[in-house]
Order: sequence, then structure tokens, then C-alpha cells
Amino acid sequence: MVDFNAKGSTGAPFRFDVEYGKLQEFARAIATDDPAYREDASPVVPPTFLTSMFHWERNVPESNPWPLVAMSQKRGVHAEQEYVFHGPPPRAGDRLTATSRIDEIWEKEGRRGGKLVFVTMVTEFRDADGVLVAEAKMTAVETAKPPEEDA
Amino acid sequence: MMAVGTELEAKTFPAITRTAIVEYQGASGDFQPIHHDEPFARSAGYEAPLVVGMLPAGMLTAWAAERFGAQNVRRTRVRFKSMVWPGDVLTAQGRVTDASDAQIEVELWATNQDDAVVVQAWMTFVVTSASQP
Repeated sequence: MVDFNAKGSTGAPFRFDVEYGKLQEFARAIATDDPAYREDASPVVPPTFLTSMFHWERNVPESNPWPLVAMSQKRGVHAEQEYVFHGPPPRAGDRLTATSRIDEIWEKEGRRGGKLVFVTMVTEFRDADGVLVAEAKMTAVETAKPPEEDA
Repeated sequence: MMAVGTELEAKTFPAITRTAIVEYQGASGDFQPIHHDEPFARSAGYEAPLVVGMLPAGMLTAWAAERFGAQNVRRTRVRFKSMVWPGDVLTAQGRVTDASDAQIEVELWATNQDDAVVVQAWMTFVVTSASQP
């Protein structure tokens, strides 16, 4: 069951260096051979690359506030994911600091009956000067019953 | 200026293998076992490891970024519509929904071999000389 008190919880900041090698691995894994990710001396990141913050948040205890939400593993699904770049996308060589917070929690009646609980977690990525360069927003939903394949 | 309604040339990707899932999980750092551990996936009631939704999302949005310029991406939103399984063959499609001298909005979707939409996406690109056809 989602804990509505988790709203506003903020994780400890963690370092996220955008590395050329990690960027290559990611580009290959999403089946793109776009030269934009290879041929530049410091290539821009693919649109969804910031998801690889998973690698780095685990370096810092309590950087990820998500466990505080206590969403059911069986009835929770990742519904949407968004990335906003406040300017040109980050590039290999950029050293970012990321901070995640539980941004919103709300509920609504599902079409098939039963409450749906929506939770968003926003991660801010700032450069060395503290300028906000990118944000990631994850939206997850907890259903009253386990999700069906055709849900 | 690019016309609203312009359809992007569709692209069909090779079938998603278990190896591709593992490669993606290694690259992304998301090591949830349901996406690669067959006994774990079966114990959760699935017949096979479920493909990480962010993998087709990454394929679809990078495909569009190649068309309009990866350096021009400003916003990417994806919605997961249905589950993806090893062996699925996905086709990326999209169209321009808004266009000005300053930016282009596109709507994207990936379908599986049964024509079911598995992921939708919306992206915003700034317009530069590199994003014009």
C-alpha cells in the first residue's frame, strides 16, 4: 500500500558523471547506430540515457526515496517516464549531481473499479554551478488488483 | 518548415532477445530479476522474462532523435501500454503533431508483431539546420 506521507521525501544527492563508454554501451543496447553518439569528441546522450542513474544512486545511501513510497511490488507498474533537458542535452564529460524527490501522490477511481494510486518521483540533474540542466519524472501506478497483461 | 501530419518512415527492429535484455540492463543499471531470471519470472506468474519497458522506449525515442537530431531533443515522454516479451518484433512509427520555426513536436508509437501498441512517446525538438530535411 502506498504511504501518502512519502510525498516530499528527498534523497541524498549523488554524483552522476556522463561517461563516453557508458554512453556507447547504452546506445548499443537500444539498437541505435546514430553517429551522434560516437563521432563527436563528447557526444550528447540518447533521449532516455539519464535512466542509467541507477548505476550511481546506489553509491550513496538514502539517495533513492522510492522505497519510502512502499508501493506494492505485485500491483505496482511503471506507467510513464519523462525527461526534460533545459537546453542542449548533457554530453559525455559532464559531471552532474542528481537529487530525487517524491513529487506527487494522488488517487483516482479506475475504469474497472477500484482505486488507482499515482506516484511521481522527480530527479533533478544539476551541473557544477548548480544550474538545473535536466529532470527525470517517473510515474508509477498501484492498482487495486494485479495488472492484467492487456491492462 | 516541416508540415504537421508528416509521417516518419517506419523502422522494424530485429526481434528482442534475452541477450538484448541483459545488454540493456547492464547498460541502464536496472537489474530487476524479473527481466532476466527465468525461474524468478515464472514464480511471478509469467511464462518468460518480461522485457524492460525502458528498452523499447529507448529504441523508439533514439530512432526519432536520429531523424531530428539527438542534440535537438528537449523533452521526451513515454507511456508503457502493454508488455513486451523475448522474441517480439517491434516497429517504430511516428508523425509530426506541431511545427514552428522554433520547434517540432512528434508523437511516436511502437507496435509488436500483432499490431498492438506497446509504447507511446511524445518528443520536442528545437529546430536547427540539422533538424531540417
